[in-house]
Amino acid sequence: MTGRSRPAAATGTAAPDAPAPREGGKGRALAGRIGSTQVIYLALAGVMLVGWVLVALDGGDFLTLETIVGIQQRSAALGIVAVGQTLAILVGSLDLSVAYLISLTSLVAAEIMAGQDGGIVPGVAAVLAVSALIGLVNGLVITRLHVHAFIATLGTALIVKGIVDHLYDGPAGSVPDSFQRLGYDRIGPVPVSALLWAAVALAVWFLLRRTRLGYRIYAVGGDEEVARLSGVRTGRIVVAAHILCSVCAGVAGLLLASRLGAGAPTVGTDGGYDLESIAAVVLGGTALAGGRGGVAGTVGGVLLLAVLDSVFNQLEVNAFFKDVVRGVVIVAAVAVYARRGARRRSR
Amino acid sequence: MILRMRGIAKSFLGIRVLSGVDLDVAAGEVHAVVGENGAGKSTLMKILAGVHAPDEGSVEIDGTEVSFAHPVEAQRAGVAIIYQEFNLLPERSVAENVFLGREPVRRWLVDREAMETATARLLQELGETSFTPRDLVRHLSIAQQQVVEIVKALSQDARIIVMDEPTAALAEHEVELLYRLVARLRERGIAVLYISHRLREVFDLSNRVTVLKDGALVRTADTAEITSDELVRLMVGRDLGTYFPDRGARPGEVRLSVRGGGNAVLDGIDLELREREILGVAGLQGSGRTELAKALFGAEPFTRGTMSPLRPTSVRQAVAAGIGLVTEDRKAEGLALRQSVRDNALLVSRSVRGAGNGGRAGGSGVLELLEAVRLHPPRPEQEVRYLSGGNQQKVVLAKWMTVAPKVLIFDEPTRGVDVGAKAAIHDLMRGLAEDGMAIMMISSELPELIGMSDRVVVMREGRIAGALPAGASEEAVMRLAAGEVTS
Repeated sequence: MTGRSRPAAATGTAAPDAPAPREGGKGRALAGRIGSTQVIYLALAGVMLVGWVLVALDGGDFLTLETIVGIQQRSAALGIVAVGQTLAILVGSLDLSVAYLISLTSLVAAEIMAGQDGGIVPGVAAVLAVSALIGLVNGLVITRLHVHAFIATLGTALIVKGIVDHLYDGPAGSVPDSFQRLGYDRIGPVPVSALLWAAVALAVWFLLRRTRLGYRIYAVGGDEEVARLSGVRTGRIVVAAHILCSVCAGVAGLLLASRLGAGAPTVGTDGGYDLESIAAVVLGGTALAGGRGGVAGTVGGVLLLAVLDSVFNQLEVNAFFKDVVRGVVIVAAVAVYARRGARRRSR
Repeated sequence: MILRMRGIAKSFLGIRVLSGVDLDVAAGEVHAVVGENGAGKSTLMKILAGVHAPDEGSVEIDGTEVSFAHPVEAQRAGVAIIYQEFNLLPERSVAENVFLGREPVRRWLVDREAMETATARLLQELGETSFTPRDLVRHLSIAQQQVVEIVKALSQDARIIVMDEPTAALAEHEVELLYRLVARLRERGIAVLYISHRLREVFDLSNRVTVLKDGALVRTADTAEITSDELVRLMVGRDLGTYFPDRGARPGEVRLSVRGGGNAVLDGIDLELREREILGVAGLQGSGRTELAKALFGAEPFTRGTMSPLRPTSVRQAVAAGIGLVTEDRKAEGLALRQSVRDNALLVSRSVRGAGNGGRAGGSGVLELLEAVRLHPPRPEQEVRYLSGGNQQKVVLAKWMTVAPKVLIFDEPTRGVDVGAKAAIHDLMRGLAEDGMAIMMISSELPELIGMSDRVVVMREGRIAGALPAGASEEAVMRLAAGEVTS
């Protein structure tokens, strides 16, 4: 029974500490009641306010239609990947292969569509199949071969990279104009890509909240042994989470192909979707160890990163400085969550 | 009889831990299972719960023979076990924990309402109103989490509930609540197997009691027809055929003393450790023995009282003052398992004196050191995880010898060690004492404790319940440790 983290129960001391809080859920301080999700949205509101002030002082106008559309456009692809990554992390795993998978699926889509409207359905189907297969491989290597997720998905990433680099040295294939509308059209102030992101996020949110699979993803990530002893077939849950994570990456690949009009072997890595999706998930309050968090936080995390980007763009800040600030924000956010966690444990 | 176990035997790695044990339990009965640490209580219960398969013997539930390949099968057959370490997810709600793995669904979706209603109904039936099905488990106290485990068992239609030392982590006022809970389970016609070595609980709660010793059944009796003295005798009575090294010369001057020491767990600790003396510390699990060791060693320091030569606030201070601790869990706390014997042996000296300087144990000195702790064969480059338990313990000892401590505390020094290595470790301990060290030894094995100690103190509920001279009887120790029964 080693390697489990859980509250005091473990040591079995004759705990004569303060009378236990029989009142249970009631009467806790307000600070303790604000969930991680609320924290990230408060931070988001704060950043928007500060951004608005800074841009205004700079003589600009922050909340224009252009910036709002820009923020949504920028976040859609990362958002879709991060929603999938949320599943992998919640189940106690993680996925480093998403970036290369995005490159691969953008090429698969563009090659099969070959500029023809008739190619859209087979193209999308092929992308979903390829990404589900990669997710299946990731999941099986982790659960059957007992390879740590970090290494398993890094290995998959390198394999996919090798294949893509061998076959392509630049953009290839093309998507039809009708498919490009996915990337560029918008309905009023809302781009279609943002709607796609919202749909994916809602679907995964619903999955986590209302289905057995969702409940068990939390259970396996929270404590695999507890889940196993309650009759959950934990391996299947991990595999399912990885398949869904990869499919999300595939959907992001489709979106990027529609924006580019073609497939590109570097589109995934240029966007840094692997580490950035993990950063967004963690920024949104999902525990890297799994079992705690959710999609709402991830959406907030992605939006926060996009708003930061937008503010910096408008202020025309040096790109390197931008990265420094993003790094500070991510580390600070996780430090805040860690503090809250520590307070919780000491109660 | 709802449960009938016959001739249960089990060995681990060739060591027999259970042989020929019979156990019968009726519906609506609270059946206590008692015995010293290592008597086989937990193994017997784990066989019932499907964690281990028995080597011999049969288990019948409601007259049908069963054999479980997995704990889940035992659950389906109506057996639930509530471990001391709860199997709950702190980040999920009470209802989600209760129905984990069996979430009710309606049209493909989890029926949260049904889950919460069913949980609320069970909580109400148990008279538990202090929390709701929606509360997160991490917000609950230990006692409340225990209730959640029981509700989980009831929701699985468990007819046999095993409670493993359920009061070990409870505060006094919470024990009363547990009593009421057990009474309600009995009213529902559930068979409760109650494992404890606290005699008061056995007499307060149980209808019958089964005593195990060294893996064998000693006796099953009606609780009303047995006295606490008899029970203690049944639990500990045995041949003291084991060899222990002769006691040494008279103890010398005081090396370490505590007056009124206390912290969150301990209170009013008065203690003296003298050179050339082995002080034995007895007590049940959870009595504060390990916490006492950790307080003296600065790992979970005293916050009250005085201590000389100093009251350490960190391990580093304690080590500098010449205090060492051979921990209870050598694999987690005593050794870096994947590192070599040499690196482990030099761990303390390197951390106190700096990495470059191995002190007298550097280079070939390490061989001398391994010779001193009689590690055979002395292979400094071997990874520690490949050593036997006894040899690992010798490496831990070597680790402390490099800094020549004045006081060395042993917490369960021979747990998981075979008989031969046990004797070697006992000899080493006595040898260290004769060389002038002050030694404190915590042990759950009463024969070892009594055989080795020049003096015994007994802990109970974070305090020192009493002190006994060398050669005290096991009964005397048990009586102090379990608390006097007045009935």
